[in-house]
Amino acid sequence: MVLIHLWAGIIGLAMILYIILDGISLGMALLFPLAADPKKRAIMTESIAPVWDTNQTWLVFGAAAIFAAFPSVYAILSSALYIPLMAFVMGLIFRGVTFEFRTNAKKKGAWDRAFFFGSLVAVLSQGFMLGGILSGISISQDVFSGGAMDWLNTFSLLVGFSLIPGYVMLASCYLILKTEGEVQELGYRYALPSTLLVLFFMAVVTVWTPYHYPLVWQHWFSAPRIHFVWSFPLLGLISAYLLLKALHERREPAPLLCAFGLFLSGYLGLITSLYPYAIPPTLTFTEAAAQPETLRFTLWGAAIVLPVVIGYVVYSYAVFRGKVGAGRSYE
Amino acid sequence: MDILTEPLFLSRLQFALTIMFHMLFPTLTIGLGFYLVVVEAFWLATKEEIYYRMYRFWARIFAINFGVGVVSGIVMEFQFGTNWSRFATITANVFSPLLYYEVMVAFFLEAGFLSIMLFGWKRVRPGVHFLATCMVSAGSILSAFWILAGNSWMQTPSGFTMSNGKFMVTNFWEAIFNPSFPITFSHMLIASFETSVFAVAGISAFFLLRGSYVPFSRRSMGMALIMAALFAPLQVFLGDVNGRAVASSQPAKLAAIEAHWETNIRGGAPLHLFAIPDMERETNFAQISVPDGLSMLITHTLEGRVQGLKEFPRGDRPNSLVLFWNFRVMAGIGFVFLFVMVWAGILRLRGNLFENRLFLRALIFIQPLGWLATETGWVTTEVGRQPWLVYNLVRTPDGLSPIPAASAIWSLALFIVIFIVVGSSYFYYIFTMLKGGPDLTGPIPHVERPAGMRSFGSSSSPGEEG
Repeated sequence: MVLIHLWAGIIGLAMILYIILDGISLGMALLFPLAADPKKRAIMTESIAPVWDTNQTWLVFGAAAIFAAFPSVYAILSSALYIPLMAFVMGLIFRGVTFEFRTNAKKKGAWDRAFFFGSLVAVLSQGFMLGGILSGISISQDVFSGGAMDWLNTFSLLVGFSLIPGYVMLASCYLILKTEGEVQELGYRYALPSTLLVLFFMAVVTVWTPYHYPLVWQHWFSAPRIHFVWSFPLLGLISAYLLLKALHERREPAPLLCAFGLFLSGYLGLITSLYPYAIPPTLTFTEAAAQPETLRFTLWGAAIVLPVVIGYVVYSYAVFRGKVGAGRSYE
Repeated sequence: MDILTEPLFLSRLQFALTIMFHMLFPTLTIGLGFYLVVVEAFWLATKEEIYYRMYRFWARIFAINFGVGVVSGIVMEFQFGTNWSRFATITANVFSPLLYYEVMVAFFLEAGFLSIMLFGWKRVRPGVHFLATCMVSAGSILSAFWILAGNSWMQTPSGFTMSNGKFMVTNFWEAIFNPSFPITFSHMLIASFETSVFAVAGISAFFLLRGSYVPFSRRSMGMALIMAALFAPLQVFLGDVNGRAVASSQPAKLAAIEAHWETNIRGGAPLHLFAIPDMERETNFAQISVPDGLSMLITHTLEGRVQGLKEFPRGDRPNSLVLFWNFRVMAGIGFVFLFVMVWAGILRLRGNLFENRLFLRALIFIQPLGWLATETGWVTTEVGRQPWLVYNLVRTPDGLSPIPAASAIWSLALFIVIFIVVGSSYFYYIFTMLKGGPDLTGPIPHVERPAGMRSFGSSSSPGEEG
């Protein structure tokens, strides 16, 4: 049991790291149509260039860890969410490859469009998958037994589109921290409306979720959750208030940290709604787990590699700290 | 055309396309990463400007390759769940940790340290930068280690028991170091090294033929050929070892590779140099053979017995036509490389290695062959495993996900489009980069200066404080 929960925790950590870190890069692409000037775009991409590849790695690790620790979850979700998952992966490919190539391209127009489009597909698919999980997944005898389009409904569409302002908010706050001058202004300009949109969407999703999925209703309003479930919206509201205040006072790392807090509140709320189910409505973490020997064997890797990697990520952010400016490229 | 509406065929095709596309890139990153370690070691030891220039040039090619390799690798990882979820569920206890460690060690080491490798020249000390290069190289090699552990476990499964139709691990050491692992891992590693050094040699030969960047290209090509002289004979030897290993662990695969139908009772088994195997009629349509050749290769005796394909039920035979020709292309290329290295040795003794135009043209011509050999080798291994996913235990159809054909067609079509776009852009950029040639004028990083205190050293006295 301890092993299983430890693994669930590690995967939970990897997922939120992926969501917020790669969210910055995805949001940067979503900001492209709002920043037509090639110079600005150059600075925007330069701000994420040294870190986006590492950030994306959390997704690959998360997926591999789910496969290793909760194989049934991996197998069932991948077949159930075949279409949005494939779209997500293809969007990421497109995003990654265009990012690599636009650096070397003379004419950036087509690459920029592809970079935006790939990221948009990836963002929407993420939301569709989340919405699909929150709509419940049919399982019989350890395999998916529903249809190819089960994930598609009004609720999951809403979740998909609500991620767009979410990532735009992250990217804007990141620009405030990492750039100066015109590009920083751009960050300030879009941070405010995107944050307000995020708050609106979060409110709608929070109210709609228990109606859309009665299981969540039962979870929220029964002991022991009833005693702490209110703390997540509170965390969200405090983060939002501080974020708006920091934008108004033009403070620097604060907006990004508050934006992280906002994401964290939604994420924790989501986990609380679902636990102990890995896939609602029937499959619990315990049922989905691999055999103890496998959990133990893979834990060695996590125990050694994760601290090193987290330390390394902090170090690499320190190496590449400071403002990004045009004409000062990394060497 | 009902084959096109079968999720099984579509999923197999999709997986095959994905790994064949993906494999092109790690092949180069593994070898080029190692080459860069050597180049940077020389740079640190000698402080000769040329090594720094070489590093920067080849590292750019490495980076583009790595980027495309990562994204195509992610697709592969997800397909175990999307299209092969029953396989994933059945084998996860043993198989998934291998894939997990591949991702863990490789991706984090590689993706993490790559940014220092590319962008960190002025920001970290030389020793730290060198460490980053070593880590990236180690990461790519370890990546191959784990993925080969996974693949060879499917070929020669061990270290498990079965319970309720699922694999339960008994011993991870045995699962990882399964019988076919050591030889297939070393075979793939050397294939990557060999492909990469011939790629470097070919590009350098191209520059030399044009008469551009002569000192740079001579040094790049010289280093590549020294490595190739080591790898080419080693690979032919490993191939021979591998063939005999396959004969003992997967006799049906070997028989199909050699288009060998009847077990030889009296006398030796012939080696077919040319054959058109016919699976239906269980015979070769046409063949040119060396008497007793196969017995010699496999058993090292003239009359050694080699099992024929007819000994296995029709439903358990891999396709001999595909295997026979893929294998021969691969082995042929191995010998071509060996021959070129002998030629290079002769030219070296005569002292005109870098001037012999015919040899330089040959290097350019054989440059893509390493990739072709790698691909045909993988086709041989994987098609030869059929009809099994896990050898003799799980049949390929039993590993499939419960997905409708429409989903599979949709994703397959999209993948084909994406691979074509990505592949052609990749080549376009590599060629543009090669046209531009190495940067021979940019500032050289000073050795032993903390970040923020840069001054541009003049190129004539690099690293005078080093």
